[in-house]
Amino acid sequence: MNLQQLTSSAKGLVKSFGLPRIIIGLFLLSLFITAPFVGVNIGTSLSDTFNRFGMNAVMVLAMVPMIHSGCGLNFGLPLGIIAGLLGATISLQVNIPGPTSFLLAILFATPFAVILGWGYGQLLNRVKGGEMMIATYVGFSSVAFMCIMWLLLPFSNPTMVWGYSGTGLRTTISTEGYYRHVLNDFLSIQLTDHLTIPTGMLLFFALLACIIWAFLHTKTGTAMTAVGSNSVFARASGINVDKIRTLSVIMSTWLGAIGILVYQQSFGFIQLYMGPFYMALPAVSAILIGGASVNKASILNVVIGTFLFQGIVTMTPSVMNSMIHTDMSEVIRIVVSNGMILYALTRKAEVTR
Amino acid sequence: MGLLGENGAGKSTLMKILFGMDEIHQTGGYGGDIIINGEKVQFSSPIDALAKGIGMVHQEFSLLPDFTATENILLNREPLKYTVFSELFGERLNILDREKMDQIAERAIGRLKVPLDKDMMVSQMPVGHKQFTEIARELSKEATDVVEGIKLLVLDEPTAVLSEQEADSLLKAMRLLSESGISIIFISHRLQEIIDVCNTIMVMRDGQIIKTVPSQGVVIADIARWMVGRDVGSSKREARGFDYENTPVLLSLQNLWVDMPGEVVRDVSLDVHKGEILGIGGMAGQGKLGIPNGAMGLFPAGGKVIFEGKEIALNNPRHFLDAGMAFVSEDRRGVGLLLDESLEWNISFTAMQIQEKYLKRYLGGLLKWRDQAAIEEETESYVKQLEIRCTSTKQKAKELSGGNQQKVCLAKAFAVGPKLLFVSEPTRGIDIGAKSLVLKALRKYNEENGTTIVMISSELEELRAICDRVAIISDGKVFGILPATTDSAEFGLLMIGQKSQVLEGGSV
Amino acid sequence: MTLHMTKTQKLLRIMGNNMVPILFLVICAFGIPLSGYSANFLASEIVIRISRNSFLIVSLLIPILAGMGLNFGMTLGAMAGQIGLILISDWGIVGIPGIILAMIISTPISVLLGWWCGKILNMARGREMVTSYIIGFFMNGIYQLVVLYGMGAVIPVRSNALLLPRGYGIRNTVNLIGIRRALDDLLLIRLFGIPIPLATLLVITVLCLFILWFKKTKLGQDMRAVGQDMEVARAAGIKVEHTRIISIVISTVFAGYGMILYLQNIGTLNTYNSHMQIGMFSVAALLVGGASVSKANIRNVFLGVILFHLMFIISPMAGKNLIGQAQLGEYFRVFVSYGVITISLVLYEVRKKRDQHYVGLQLAADQEALQ
Repeated sequence: MNLQQLTSSAKGLVKSFGLPRIIIGLFLLSLFITAPFVGVNIGTSLSDTFNRFGMNAVMVLAMVPMIHSGCGLNFGLPLGIIAGLLGATISLQVNIPGPTSFLLAILFATPFAVILGWGYGQLLNRVKGGEMMIATYVGFSSVAFMCIMWLLLPFSNPTMVWGYSGTGLRTTISTEGYYRHVLNDFLSIQLTDHLTIPTGMLLFFALLACIIWAFLHTKTGTAMTAVGSNSVFARASGINVDKIRTLSVIMSTWLGAIGILVYQQSFGFIQLYMGPFYMALPAVSAILIGGASVNKASILNVVIGTFLFQGIVTMTPSVMNSMIHTDMSEVIRIVVSNGMILYALTRKAEVTR
Repeated sequence: MGLLGENGAGKSTLMKILFGMDEIHQTGGYGGDIIINGEKVQFSSPIDALAKGIGMVHQEFSLLPDFTATENILLNREPLKYTVFSELFGERLNILDREKMDQIAERAIGRLKVPLDKDMMVSQMPVGHKQFTEIARELSKEATDVVEGIKLLVLDEPTAVLSEQEADSLLKAMRLLSESGISIIFISHRLQEIIDVCNTIMVMRDGQIIKTVPSQGVVIADIARWMVGRDVGSSKREARGFDYENTPVLLSLQNLWVDMPGEVVRDVSLDVHKGEILGIGGMAGQGKLGIPNGAMGLFPAGGKVIFEGKEIALNNPRHFLDAGMAFVSEDRRGVGLLLDESLEWNISFTAMQIQEKYLKRYLGGLLKWRDQAAIEEETESYVKQLEIRCTSTKQKAKELSGGNQQKVCLAKAFAVGPKLLFVSEPTRGIDIGAKSLVLKALRKYNEENGTTIVMISSELEELRAICDRVAIISDGKVFGILPATTDSAEFGLLMIGQKSQVLEGGSV
Repeated sequence: MTLHMTKTQKLLRIMGNNMVPILFLVICAFGIPLSGYSANFLASEIVIRISRNSFLIVSLLIPILAGMGLNFGMTLGAMAGQIGLILISDWGIVGIPGIILAMIISTPISVLLGWWCGKILNMARGREMVTSYIIGFFMNGIYQLVVLYGMGAVIPVRSNALLLPRGYGIRNTVNLIGIRRALDDLLLIRLFGIPIPLATLLVITVLCLFILWFKKTKLGQDMRAVGQDMEVARAAGIKVEHTRIISIVISTVFAGYGMILYLQNIGTLNTYNSHMQIGMFSVAALLVGGASVSKANIRNVFLGVILFHLMFIISPMAGKNLIGQAQLGEYFRVFVSYGVITISLVLYEVRKKRDQHYVGLQLAADQEALQ
């Protein structure tokens, strides 16, 4: 290949990946390279990154069904998270300690996820074209509504409720004794003093990712891809577009519920009240960083995006702190994540007409 | 002057050249000269045309619904009153001079002598008044130091959406305008109007001017012949005698109405016999495209569709497909294809969803997995059969040429193995070679598999070449069905809404 | 021929169009007696809220006029205003001159930010509202970069009361004692025992008059045209993209002034939080007043301020008296604020589709008439 061909193929690569993503990738790489020079342990960093990857990956995966079916970026993820929180709290209320509580949480969360997802899907079907804005505010309203509910619902497990009054859930509830680290420690591999790989959590994510990948290869999954690609085409092939969209919303909501449970088992705490409020934004920007767009996403996008995003979130504080003795991580996180979403929103619709 | 011609004859293009529209410059420009008042002019944009006194009223209204007639008439040309802020922030901070605006609007409306209320909001106006507002806008472009007053007005199908009284008012207004010195080019399909109001009639066909005659003494039959007739021998036809008596009716459309914007169907009743190739033709906008779209359920429809003796529910594409019918849409890119997916996906999709082909079953039928191998095999066979030019079956549909895309759409329909196939505008926008291949493929499919084909097309010759009968749709209804061997001129008459002499027992 | 609706259908339509304000009236009607507040107290609180918030809400009107929807990017203007206030606090300029200087400083910043915001919104055609929402968050990051790291280090700020102990970056709260109530107290009168800040209300009135006058100018007319149908406006020769950007610039500049008025009333600047909430509250108030994504006027602003803030004030006490927990009332008002925006957005989309359907029906009816 001569120079001209090289530059044109390089240009093509840049165009298809998008300049911002390449910048972010290079930025992360530079962080990893400088780390040992400023006294930050690579082992711990990698360990942390893998950990955060596992914690967040399922919630990022939750973006895929709705993007696939043309419903846009799921800013309404908090709705799924709420289903998960309900599952978690009820599981703790039932009070069976140990790993079983995790399975119970999933079990209890599922019916909530299906019902909430169904309602949410019906709403989105009636507002085609303005899904994203409405999703955002549906998410916010439901979090605010649940704040009222957490105060009123009749929970009684002493680890969950306020000490002196005996009613009303606490803001943060520990998962210690129930399902704390139940996935992380499962089959975990300790490579060195500093480097532990939370295999269980990663395997769990891989399982869910495989399920989604498999789904997209079935008859219904194929129909879902068509609906997102060209809904009139799908309709002209006899597909019930609204039904498929609702299905994708239910899937997304359920994955959001599972996602927050995975997050909690690693983090060690259940965060209620305003906790889920802004949780959609990191997931949305992660999948966008991974290469997805408003109407096209793949599992590869999920993996790459979560890794890059969480990598930056993990590495910036430690590296920057050691380098210039200032913690700019918060600011960088805000700029990177929102900048990525802005970039995606200003692209022309990628599905050709 | 009245300007007439079939669809695609070149009327709109000629007007676009005259008006200096962008499209012309971007698609290669034009040759020849435009001479106004003896001097040669060249317009690079509609603004130049306006400056020389040419105004055009398009078919689609360009009006703002929440503005009054006055505001629309003077849009972006409002007279302004000076305010001090314009010194700092620019000209747009001057106030609108509402009184002057009212005066100019009244003057323009006055020239039309129609009961148009200048303060009425466009959204509340009946259709006719919207048309008048558009014309008033052109008329209000009065002479100033910079631009000349309007001297030539082009009206593109202004009466298409008007009622009879409104059309009369418009024609009266046009006469008034021409008496006051404005030249008018009037494009229309309503021949009687043209004969009534125009001084000269010009007929175009296939991009050329066929005839320019004074309107005195011209008869509709003459015009029909000029518009549609072709040199003898330009189309070859292999006649095949179709035995209508002994073949059963496969599909019966009864009182079908369809709400498809631009192609409204009002009351269509048709019987399609098993194994025939039925053509449906007519002018653009008369409803022929609405028929298959409505029957399939892509647009709201009503009436009855009876297939193989059973009534098929309308407004439900699934039922249509399940019954054994298929439809290749005229909108290749919008409806017919998934542009970002591969050929394989496109061709196999409908068959997969409706008939569960190309699926491997696991877990006792619960899990239906895409059978990649079967899909590839089937796609390869269609690529060979229809000679689809592509780099591989995995190539994305958007990368193919128009003709090959059309073949993909056909393959998608063939894969379903329908008993009756609707094909809408199968050769629109594709080159000659691909055209004949597509038509041959349809004919072959009909002869080999006995599939009934209903072909909708705006190219009359195409229909006459491969169909057994041709129905002409005018004003949303079936205006007549004739054997394909009938003379083009007959069909021409039907298309312009005149009963054919043949049907009524006379000679052309 | 137009489709005629029966009287009940017309009544239902009017109720449907004004569902949100009616809902709020009902909530307030129940809540006021529950809360136990006196009419006098409520009245004086409302007057304060009107004088504090109206300017900000009025700044939302112009983008709606130009068809840009709800301008969540007004946060950018708020940030510009805050930067102005930080600087004048550092320079020790107090009173009315301080306010005016802050406004002057905020103007070029607002213009720049508004211009950039408008350009991005033009690139995200059809998704303006989500995009302006994200722009707000994005700029928050940049704002933090400037205020938390830049000030004191790159941008000269000297006052120790403002700077963090580490030497650069502004503290979380800035005491605006210098300009506190400067405008409010300028012309304070007492009516039935309720203090009324005439000067501030005068400024608000001037803004409202400006908006009314603006609609009469060519620029205002162009914006109305662009807001109705961009293609028709473009065909008529109006510079559509340019007009849209100008609408955002004007909105941002006014949001900056509005934030300054807001803060001079409160007296303290919450450096990293004030501007984020203000966008949401202003939008909610406007919607409560009966505005929609595509139509808003001055009536909506004032009705909205009164109803929304009434609800806001009475919720905690009403919650306490009803259920026994004030916290409940606070969560309730947050829920209602977001719920109101959600309902308005949904109604807007549903109505848009219904109107298109109605146009179709109208066309069909026209066709019938021609038969």
